[in-house]
Amino acid sequence: MAEVKRVERPLSPHLQIYRPQLTSFTSILTRITGNALIVGVLLAVWWLLAAATSPAYFEMANAVATSWFGDLIFTLSAWALWYHYLAGLRHLYFDAGKGLDIETAEKLGMGMIVGSVVLTIITLILV
Amino acid sequence: MRYLTARKRAEGKGAAHTGTEHHWFMTVTSVALAFLIPVFVIVFGRALGQPAEGVIATFSHPFPAILTALTVFVGMRHFAKGAQMMIEDYAQGPTRKALIILASSISYIVIAVALYALAKLTMVGFLFEAMH
Repeated sequence: MAEVKRVERPLSPHLQIYRPQLTSFTSILTRITGNALIVGVLLAVWWLLAAATSPAYFEMANAVATSWFGDLIFTLSAWALWYHYLAGLRHLYFDAGKGLDIETAEKLGMGMIVGSVVLTIITLILV
Repeated sequence: MRYLTARKRAEGKGAAHTGTEHHWFMTVTSVALAFLIPVFVIVFGRALGQPAEGVIATFSHPFPAILTALTVFVGMRHFAKGAQMMIEDYAQGPTRKALIILASSISYIVIAVALYALAKLTMVGFLFEAMH
């Protein structure tokens, strides 16, 4: 029968004594990039609203969006977006039960880091 | 011995007590975004930095407008549910509830603002064309 098994399971080690690993690092970064993307979204949607409001308001919002500050937000957002994008693809792959051995998972992790930087550079050059 | 089926034990589990519904929602929206994001980045990236006329011209066309509406809607619901996961990991009790409501509210406000802006840009673009 499907009884709940009461087993003494090992507790996960505390974060502070846990050796940093590529797999845990890339996982944490997925959460950070995903949530941080709200900043770029807010700036983008505000800019879009300004374009729909009036020429004067657009000029003000566009000045912010294309300033060094806007460039910084959108460049970081582009990287966060591509990183989160690749992490999502990896998650779908993991969900299919594939690539879960350490060697493959670490290769995928390196692929995400390198891939996100490459995609960001391509984005900055092309668009 | 309790005669519990595997399904009965799994029901109502998970941080939000909805079983695998949350996870499945994230899977479905992530696949949608995998298709939307690359196209949206190109459309948005090209519009950014243009004068007002260019921005209006871009977003008053059906494809960029519908693409942007879809990306913002699906993206913001994906954000709300994703942020909820983070909140459920780090906050408890009333703080947890308040933060989840806040994330959900931000997502719906951003969706409403974006849809309003797109609708108005379409009308402004239509008026521009009628005048010229």
